[in-house]
Amino acid sequence: MESRIRVFLLRLALLGMAAAGAAGCASKSLDREAEADQARPVIDPQVERRDVSRPKVDTEDFEVGGYIGFLSIEDFGSNTVYGARLAYHITEGLFAEATLGQSDAGKTSYEILSGSSAPLLTSDEREFRYYDFSLGYNLLPGEVFIGSNHAFNSALYLLVGAGSTRFAGDDYFTFTYGAGYRVLALDWLALHFDVRDHMFDIDITGEDKSTHNIEFTLGATVFF
Amino acid sequence: MPARILIALLAALVLVAPAYAKRETLKVVVAEPYIEMHTGPGRGYPVFHVADRGAQIEVLKRRTDWFEVRTDRGVTGWVRDAQLAQTLQTSGEPLVISDPGWDDFASRRWETSLSLGDFDGASSISLTGAWRMSANLSVELLAAQLSGDYSDGWMAGLRLVHTPFPDWRISPYLLLGTGVLTISPRASLVSTEDRTDQYGQAGLGLRAYLTRRFMFRAEYTGDIVFTSRDDNEEVEEWKAGFAFFF
Repeated sequence: MESRIRVFLLRLALLGMAAAGAAGCASKSLDREAEADQARPVIDPQVERRDVSRPKVDTEDFEVGGYIGFLSIEDFGSNTVYGARLAYHITEGLFAEATLGQSDAGKTSYEILSGSSAPLLTSDEREFRYYDFSLGYNLLPGEVFIGSNHAFNSALYLLVGAGSTRFAGDDYFTFTYGAGYRVLALDWLALHFDVRDHMFDIDITGEDKSTHNIEFTLGATVFF
Repeated sequence: MPARILIALLAALVLVAPAYAKRETLKVVVAEPYIEMHTGPGRGYPVFHVADRGAQIEVLKRRTDWFEVRTDRGVTGWVRDAQLAQTLQTSGEPLVISDPGWDDFASRRWETSLSLGDFDGASSISLTGAWRMSANLSVELLAAQLSGDYSDGWMAGLRLVHTPFPDWRISPYLLLGTGVLTISPRASLVSTEDRTDQYGQAGLGLRAYLTRRFMFRAEYTGDIVFTSRDDNEEVEEWKAGFAFFF
């Protein structure tokens, strides 16, 4: 009986020790957790930065292209003209434009009547080249309807500018003014019909005079 | 050989084109009750569609103050910048549309100008390109074409421009420059030879910031042309024009 009680007490002691040991371990691990909790701040500032790459919107304010048409050079007949144009759209109404063009002058009626004996200009001098810078304004923007399913944006614009013309061996300061009609066949493709006057003073026919050189052109430009 | 280069260029273009086409577009969400879509990039073009709050729209391109957008239903139209600025990005942040302004003007590095004027009775067209070294000082290259009644010519030069008050919206500047001037008499005159001389100039100008990237510039310069004849020639020159920075 006594031995039974002894075994019981022994078991109790063992259990107690085991419990104490377990409790000790538990308290230790709790301590560690507390330590870890203390080490970790309440708000973790180390948020992983998101890689935001905002896609850029393509800006299409420039227009580049070419044109071909007729240029009536005062006293020298009408001839084919061709050129290149670059425009920058500042606002929906206003744009700046640079043009570069070339044509070849024909003969004056005097030269034709007198035969080819007395040419006024050499063939080099007959080259008519110009550049000019203009400001344009989309005066009448609108839409063109073709059939019932197609609408194209368009604009009637006015242009005023200045530049230089190389003709008859000299450079002449040139004023230009005109009007044009632009139709956007596609979102990025525009068709132009332009009428322009290149005005400059020249004394090639013996007297100082202001000449008007009217140009009609058809062109195409691309927005980029 | 040129054919080979052409083929190589075409091949490069073919390779690049899909990459260009696949470029990611900006997507925004309508935050206002609705957003108005116009048929064209201008105030007069009629509103033909509205996208409601919460609709996702894709921003395709920009032309001046207008943005071409496509709704999730596939409708394409043009939206004014002020309206697009009231949308939210897909992340929830408001969309910021940045236009070059006064701050960019104040910190500009490059400036280019085009002006018309008078060079001692002859008309002039001038093109300049400037690099701003500091807020006050910039170096400028100038090319000008002159056309007078009896002669025409070219000018090419280098100038140092000092802006004493760079913070002013309308701000004066001083300049010193030198370069070469070529004058050729008109072909219709009894011909004398073309002359190329060096010149020196000092001047005073005004630069006014207009909007975005644009400025107005006007200046007056006194030039001395160092001719090979007995006397140097003094020339007065003025011009006015527009400039823009980038």
